[in-house]
Amino acid sequence: MSNPALKMIRRRLATALPGVVGVIVVTFLLNRALPGDPAAYFAGPAATPQAIEEVRSRLGLDRSLPEQFALYLRDLARGDLGYSITTGQPVASDLRARLPASIELATCGLLLALAVALPLGVLAATRPGSGVDHVTRLLATMGNSLPVFFTGLVLVYLFYYLLGWAPPPLGRLEVFRAPPPQVTGSFLIDSLLARDPGLFAAAARQIVLPTVTLGLAALAPITRMTRASMLGVLASDYVRTARANGLAPRTVLYVYALRNAMLPVVTTLGLVFSFLLGVSVVVEKIYAWPGIGAYALEAVIASDYAPVQGFVLTMALVYVALNLLIDLVYGLIDPRIQIES
Amino acid sequence: MSQAAGPLLSLEGLSLEFRGRGGISRVLDGVGLTVGWGETVGLVGESGSGKTVTALAIMGVLPSGALVTGGRALFRGTDLLAADERTLRRYRGSEIAMTFQLARAGLNPIRPVGRQIEDVIRHHTDLGQTEARERAIALLSQVQIPDPRRIYNAYPFELSGGMCQRVMIAMAVSCSPSLLIADEPATGLDVCTQAAVLDLIGDLAQGRQMATLLISHDLGLLGERADRIAVMHAGHVVEVAPTAALFASPRHPYSAKLISSCPRPSAGLADLVTIPGTIPDFREPLPPCRFRFRCERAAPECDEPPLPRIEAGPDHFVACRRPL
Amino acid sequence: MSASVIAQIRHGRQAISQNPLTLAAFLLLGGLVVLALFGEWMVPHDPMATGVGPRLAPPSQAHWFGTDHLGRDILSRVMVATRLDLLIALSAVTLSFAAGSAAGAAAGFYGGWVEKIVTRVVDTIMAFPLFVLAMGIMAAVGTSVANIILTVALINFPSYARIARAEVNVRRGAGYVEAARLAGNSPRRILAVHIYPNCLPPLIVQASMNMGWAILSAAGLSFIGLGVRPPTAEWGIMVADGSAFMMSGEWWVSTFPGIALMLAVLSFNLMGDGLRDMVDPRRRT
Repeated sequence: MSNPALKMIRRRLATALPGVVGVIVVTFLLNRALPGDPAAYFAGPAATPQAIEEVRSRLGLDRSLPEQFALYLRDLARGDLGYSITTGQPVASDLRARLPASIELATCGLLLALAVALPLGVLAATRPGSGVDHVTRLLATMGNSLPVFFTGLVLVYLFYYLLGWAPPPLGRLEVFRAPPPQVTGSFLIDSLLARDPGLFAAAARQIVLPTVTLGLAALAPITRMTRASMLGVLASDYVRTARANGLAPRTVLYVYALRNAMLPVVTTLGLVFSFLLGVSVVVEKIYAWPGIGAYALEAVIASDYAPVQGFVLTMALVYVALNLLIDLVYGLIDPRIQIES
Repeated sequence: MSQAAGPLLSLEGLSLEFRGRGGISRVLDGVGLTVGWGETVGLVGESGSGKTVTALAIMGVLPSGALVTGGRALFRGTDLLAADERTLRRYRGSEIAMTFQLARAGLNPIRPVGRQIEDVIRHHTDLGQTEARERAIALLSQVQIPDPRRIYNAYPFELSGGMCQRVMIAMAVSCSPSLLIADEPATGLDVCTQAAVLDLIGDLAQGRQMATLLISHDLGLLGERADRIAVMHAGHVVEVAPTAALFASPRHPYSAKLISSCPRPSAGLADLVTIPGTIPDFREPLPPCRFRFRCERAAPECDEPPLPRIEAGPDHFVACRRPL
Repeated sequence: MSASVIAQIRHGRQAISQNPLTLAAFLLLGGLVVLALFGEWMVPHDPMATGVGPRLAPPSQAHWFGTDHLGRDILSRVMVATRLDLLIALSAVTLSFAAGSAAGAAAGFYGGWVEKIVTRVVDTIMAFPLFVLAMGIMAAVGTSVANIILTVALINFPSYARIARAEVNVRRGAGYVEAARLAGNSPRRILAVHIYPNCLPPLIVQASMNMGWAILSAAGLSFIGLGVRPPTAEWGIMVADGSAFMMSGEWWVSTFPGIALMLAVLSFNLMGDGLRDMVDPRRRT
């Protein structure tokens, strides 16, 4: 990779650092903001006062706040996120086990949204005032107004209860099926790697409806941005020059218009990710998807707080990483970023 | 390239409207001008007179909301306004090309400028990638860009305004068009660069026997470089004449005012001649002569339609009932 | 009122009458406000009373929206929930508008460490996926209406701060600001009286768009159990109550509150679109 590109990557990594610091500090504060006495809570309802004090000193809760923060950092560095009361396991290993499910679902949802929204937005911009244009604008406005939890439920009602096309929303695979040997964590990919098309079909059947629910949520902002960006680019001076030079419509569309139009869309993806990560929690609940969102929700119901905090921390770090990725992709597409500094 | 009898470009009765939220603007009304083979014609007028729109109409790259309501643009016998897109794409960039004001905005910001020239060459010729690239670099050198091989890979934001304009000129002449339309090629550039760019266009035109339609609001600039000049006001061509004749004896009151308002080094600020009023609102109903309310010579006969076209000398036409 | 405000109001009335969608949104909002204000006296049944009808009865003459698993009349609950949801959203948006625009304006105007602090706070909030942050906060501080309002206000704070900062920055060097300074106005007065009012239009557009998002956030939190607690009548909770029944065919328990949610958010979004067209027609898409 060229030197300016490397320099830019290094710079972006540096700007991500304060974000990570902020995330860690905030999650620490949330940790300490628990209602009641954290020590009594972690010790359990049947603990004696003595046991509670032991827990308190073990957790370092009798130390000063800065000391506690140092302990927190030390634990984090070791990958120790505490223990879950409900599962009895370390939170970190619970999260690691359940993260692939969330990633698979979120990726599928995003891919679906992109596959529909990008062409739709471009089509609407190149045919202003047409039927496609009106449908797209309607979709964009309505999409912003739909509560994701409601669309999920409606989809289940329509496609499972009424039409019987979808399987019952009970997770990644039917109860009697064993998951494929774990390579990537994605059931879809791993079942293909294990050359088990039946398993692949089963996993695909289960993931369709949750993917559509997520995809619909992300559809509106991406479509809106693609259409607006494309409209702006098509009216630009440089597209006019390309047309005035007689270039073929396909060249004008793909080489001169689309690449430029994608820049703001890439930037928008950051906000879309924020939205998707939040909304995936709800989707996991509706479809009993065993991801980290469902894990956190189960913990909330049981007043088990360590998993919730681990979940928030993980999600935030994933988000920081995704934003970094977006910035890098943008920088690689737009030469002005690379060269300008 | 056979030089048939008759002009290279003959624009007749071009009328054009803009439709928007405020109403319908009749921006051009019966615009006509000709460009002969190899000649340089200047098109002059204030901002809003319709010079650029006329050029965009000829090229067929009008913005959405613009509608041609009449007229013909005969280019080597073909009416560009009636032709279909596929035919027009063959002409654009290869037979008739245009450069735009604000060149940097007119170049793709995320594509190297050399590649953009190469795109045009490869579209209109059969040249392979290497040959097209070499031709593009040669063109960059022809438009007096130093270190053309390095600039080939540069992006528009890295270049000065003058260099961007040169790139645009290189792009336009890359396939040796018979007509180059240069819209305000020198505007926005410093005086030295202005002269250099215009000299460049002149040299290219001479070397390639290329006709040029030079559009500018600066009459003095055109006086030095155009063979004939067409004066536009508010969507009308009010006078067309050979340059010398226009400056020696302008027949339209507006042309005369334009000429006298050119600043002269000998004159003082108090001697500055201005033209009262502004271009009328095109959405309102307008009199046949759109200069009527700014003209000192206006008389009741000026309200009678149609706008006349009087021959005032050899190759010299004026659209006025009471020419000077 | 100044001439520009009068002109804007006239322009606004024109925009509303020209665009049927904006008009529809306006009417819809009006209806919701009426429900919010007078809902509790308009309901056919006591929204909290169980057993006013048979359990899980489908929509009928007696119960237009049917009944839920505790025999409560859904229509009454949906109507009454309007007040709570709108109140939460309105309070949260007002709070974040006031705090965010003040902080952003101060950051844009004074610069220096004020700007650094505000930027740091905004960036820290934006480093999280906002709904996840809300979840974490609600889990930590406990569920109550006040906490929901504060949390939703917090996650909306950055958008106002950013807009206000940008707008103030642009206007800081304007001629009339310089004139006011030379006339002896204190910086605070210049900011409050001269600059800030001119920044209001984009902030107000943002506020109306944010209302929809605030309603969705509050309802979403309630849906997953981190918001309002049962047996309170709130649209999100009602959808959650009915979620199990969607799969066994009793669709009305979730659907009517869900539609109410959708209509409320839609009308705020359409209003926001209409307002944005009024404020800056160039940005119309």
